[in-house]
Amino acid sequence: MTSSVYQQAIKELAQAAHGSGRLDHPDGAARLDNPLCGDRVDLTVSLAGEVIAAVAHETRACLLCRAAASLLGLTAPGRSPSEMRAATAALEAMLNSAAVLSPEWQALAVFAPVAAYPSRHGCVLLPFQALQAALQGKPQ
Amino acid sequence: MSLIEQLRAQFPFYAAANPCHYLDNAATSQIHQQALAAMAGQEASRANVHRSPYRLAEASTHAYGEARARVARFLNAAANDEVVFTSGATAALNLVAYSVGETLQAGDEVLISAAEHHSNFVPWLRLRERSGIRLRVLPLLPDGRIATASLAELVTERCRLIAITHCSNVTGAVTDVAAVVAAARKVGALVLLDGAQQVQHGPVDVQMLGADFYAFSSHKCFGPTGVGVLWGRQAVLERLPPFMTGGGMVGEVSLESLSFAAPPARFEAGTPPVAQAIGLGAAVDWLMTLPWAEIHQAESALLARLLAGLATFPAVRLIGPADLARRLPIVSFEVRGIHPHDVCQVLGERQVALRGGNHCAQPLFAALNSAGATRASLALYNDAADVDALLAGLEDALKVLS
Repeated sequence: MTSSVYQQAIKELAQAAHGSGRLDHPDGAARLDNPLCGDRVDLTVSLAGEVIAAVAHETRACLLCRAAASLLGLTAPGRSPSEMRAATAALEAMLNSAAVLSPEWQALAVFAPVAAYPSRHGCVLLPFQALQAALQGKPQ
Repeated sequence: MSLIEQLRAQFPFYAAANPCHYLDNAATSQIHQQALAAMAGQEASRANVHRSPYRLAEASTHAYGEARARVARFLNAAANDEVVFTSGATAALNLVAYSVGETLQAGDEVLISAAEHHSNFVPWLRLRERSGIRLRVLPLLPDGRIATASLAELVTERCRLIAITHCSNVTGAVTDVAAVVAAARKVGALVLLDGAQQVQHGPVDVQMLGADFYAFSSHKCFGPTGVGVLWGRQAVLERLPPFMTGGGMVGEVSLESLSFAAPPARFEAGTPPVAQAIGLGAAVDWLMTLPWAEIHQAESALLARLLAGLATFPAVRLIGPADLARRLPIVSFEVRGIHPHDVCQVLGERQVALRGGNHCAQPLFAALNSAGATRASLALYNDAADVDALLAGLEDALKVLS
């Protein structure tokens, strides 16, 4: 059985659920919903100086959203908030206008097949948007 | 040529090179060729209605009036003027919430059910915020049917209106309207039926139903998007204030005084969706010619095939009645451990058109302890191949997503 979207790498990311959970003493927190499908991401983030020390998320969502949250949990720690803002913009551009990813963010390419399905873009973006919301007002 | 082949031949959708297995009819049905042609004909050479005496304008006014007459026949309304054109069922329901709402006092009660689409839930929440009405909610039985046995307890002397779905857009369960109307009559309350799902499955007799208002959308009964209907009992419409205001709905206007036109004009402010209404008129005209007993039998057989097929999947939980009585072929189901959007995505790749999520009915899903469902909704042009494609696709989805 094949699917253009649900490739092994996406399924493995969702299965691994990197960064799943909740931080006890976060510096920022956000809950984001997609009211159309009921997806929900509760995200907590802590900072160490100018970089993200840890991200944890509780994601009740479709496989694409869970895979995106997992990738976020894997890649965000050690990055600065502005780097993650750039990652979110790169992901959005790839989905909306097939923009080519920089070598730094090749990991996001796993979601490239989703570009053909605009109704699913929000699923992939939700965890990244939750991180942006949790970081609002924090040092960039 | 079978009946379904004859029906399909009348839909441009099925003339396309690769039509999908379209099972999302509860969201939007395909448009009938007669509706499309009527609408295109009107737009190709058009004028506004109710305004000017030149020939083109008179033709528009006549065609718009004829569309109203056709809808009135489709609903078996007592008079054409009981038909108000709106932009859709949502606008029709909001019209009632605002116009009836304006006549209510704080403490008056409106009864809805937990099965309502947001378009018949949110307007009442907003009215409660504006006017201090009390909102009561009929609960659901475990199979998603509305617990009409609770009417006796929930319809009080303060009840002014019962606003309830004729058929759920999630479970397919058809409401026991007779019980609702009887309960309302005991206390002098009005009854509003949301018929958005029902009209696709045949003409409706509003006089037999006994309600005071009936709302539906054109795009769910093979007509164009952008138009819908509020039917209202004439005596009830006459005593209601308008919702939207503007041109075409007034009697006399000055700084000192304001009076309103009689219904239906009172509720049709501004230029109406003329071409869409004419398209809808053509659609319902066609619906009235169909052999409904035969179509219902075919729909019921397909529904049984779908329910039996779903029952073979241990991971599937039906959200709605499992029997065939008093229900339409709208079938929602959960697949354990798999999100509805993932199911829909895999099925979509296999050319099976479904919808997943909470279907604008969050209170229903909360009541049934569900996070969302995948929905297949059948219409008169669906056949066994459509249902079988769904069932085969579901098997694939389980393999792809597990």
